[in-house]
Amino acid sequence: MMENLQDWMALTRLYADYASAVDSGDWNLWPEFFTEQCVYRLQPRENFERGFPLATLSFESKGMLKDRVYGIQETLFHDPYYQRHIVGAPLVRKVEDGRIHSEANYVVIRTKLNQLSTVFNAGRYVDEIVATPDGLKLASRLAIYDSEMIPNSIIYPI
Amino acid sequence: MTSTVFPKTIKWEDEGTSRIPLMAYTDESTYKKELERFFYRNHWCYVGLEAEIPKPGDFTRTVIGERSVIMVRGADGSVNVIENACAHRGMAFCRERHGNRKDGFTCPYHQWNYTLEGDLQGVPFRRGVKQDGKVLGGMPPDFKMQDNGLTKLKVATRGGVVFASFDHGVESFEDFLGPTILACFDRTFNGRKLKVLGYNRQRIPGNWKLMQENIKDSYHPGLLHTWFVTFGLWRADNRSALKMDVHNRHAAMISTRGNSLKASEVSQVARFKEDMQLSDPRFLDIVTEPWWGGPTAVMTTIFPSVILQQSVNSVSTRQIQPNGHGSFDFFWTHFAFEDDSDEMIQRRLRQANLFGPAGFVSADDGEVIEFSQSSFETRPFQQALAELGGHEVTDTDHMVSETLIRGMYRYWREVMEAPE
Repeated sequence: MMENLQDWMALTRLYADYASAVDSGDWNLWPEFFTEQCVYRLQPRENFERGFPLATLSFESKGMLKDRVYGIQETLFHDPYYQRHIVGAPLVRKVEDGRIHSEANYVVIRTKLNQLSTVFNAGRYVDEIVATPDGLKLASRLAIYDSEMIPNSIIYPI
Repeated sequence: MTSTVFPKTIKWEDEGTSRIPLMAYTDESTYKKELERFFYRNHWCYVGLEAEIPKPGDFTRTVIGERSVIMVRGADGSVNVIENACAHRGMAFCRERHGNRKDGFTCPYHQWNYTLEGDLQGVPFRRGVKQDGKVLGGMPPDFKMQDNGLTKLKVATRGGVVFASFDHGVESFEDFLGPTILACFDRTFNGRKLKVLGYNRQRIPGNWKLMQENIKDSYHPGLLHTWFVTFGLWRADNRSALKMDVHNRHAAMISTRGNSLKASEVSQVARFKEDMQLSDPRFLDIVTEPWWGGPTAVMTTIFPSVILQQSVNSVSTRQIQPNGHGSFDFFWTHFAFEDDSDEMIQRRLRQANLFGPAGFVSADDGEVIEFSQSSFETRPFQQALAELGGHEVTDTDHMVSETLIRGMYRYWREVMEAPE
């Protein structure tokens, strides 16, 4: 499916870069991983598997992602925390019309200031990735999480 | 010397309720008494939506207070609520969260089997085992199947919403709500069939009452929630009303979005952002619906177990599932109406981004509740203050009042201070 090592490296690099970006605290990096018309959905596994459309966050454009970044920076009152994404190797399901359908397991560890580190959110990304002049971009990222009982709130991007 | 920071009993300053002793949020024995007197006795608690169990045998597992219950549609189509505790050894036998059990429920421990109504219908080796012409063991002759069913709750359904009570002596659901709050309830649940859009769950480390208070507190939305202020969804100068039932236990905060979206009275609010623009305005693609009858937001608190949300096009139920004095699970069920167009369903889903554990608005609430509780735990001898709008408990035609919180505690004191 992946024709050569270069494609594979570009794909794994996208996953690594994304994890690095969302852990960096520089939230403006996050929307840039997506195409203009995109889907980002953070959804409990129950809704996903039962076919319920509700997601915890459901965005349909890069603009919505930017609005979320503004929310994190300016409008959402929250306890600040560090987050650390541990992302497994991507599993390529298929490549069709230049669109890579891939998945990867993830765990996010949350560390509130002066507190212990805890497992915050565990799940899997279900992605559709396209090649653009600026490199590979996410046309769609579903973060389907097992951790259906959210420890109070999720503020930063998963 | 006796401790003053950690008092032994709750002390109110006077007969009023505008100063709330923090011990009401931190004391475990008070919490147990609340479970007893509010969740298990004399009150109706939210269980779910009829749309979740359309066919006979369909069930969902949930809780009332801390007790595990099953909402199941019976063979005759009626809704039953039974406790998830086997009559034999008391095990919480149902482990699935939802499903279909046409043939009833079987406890895996000793295979006791119950009907969808909770009646015992099968006990293995009830008549013993035959061996060498003798009958060995078995249940005693005086064992009666009909005396050993599951605990059955009293059930009320209205407009597709299911409430239940462990207390079969509880007044009717309609009397429980009273005419004022019943009207708010019927406004949303007016007979149209509901369609479940999905769930969100969050564990909030705070006393369960803080969530009731949060939705009785009309003071904070226009201050804490930037989105509400800036986009005029909830502002101090919106046309609004605060209403209660005759006991002051239930309430509704009613608000109508203003047309003047900028400046005026709210320019002094720190979190008001005059220049804020959405990159994608579809988050607030609000379309007025005829059933609103004017108000753009009606937040109804049904004491003790649920909050009913209508905030523009987003509608949900938010169930309070307490677990200990300092924590509760908050269970959101977003829904639509069966006659909604696809566009309206999309709109409700988009606006759901404002609510829930990551919502542009609601995430704030979970956070402030956590930091209230963690502070209360360190100094239960002190008090919280709810004096906005005076000391009295009365309906208002504005939102600059904490009357609903005072009302809730007036009722709380009545019930909690009553003799056994």
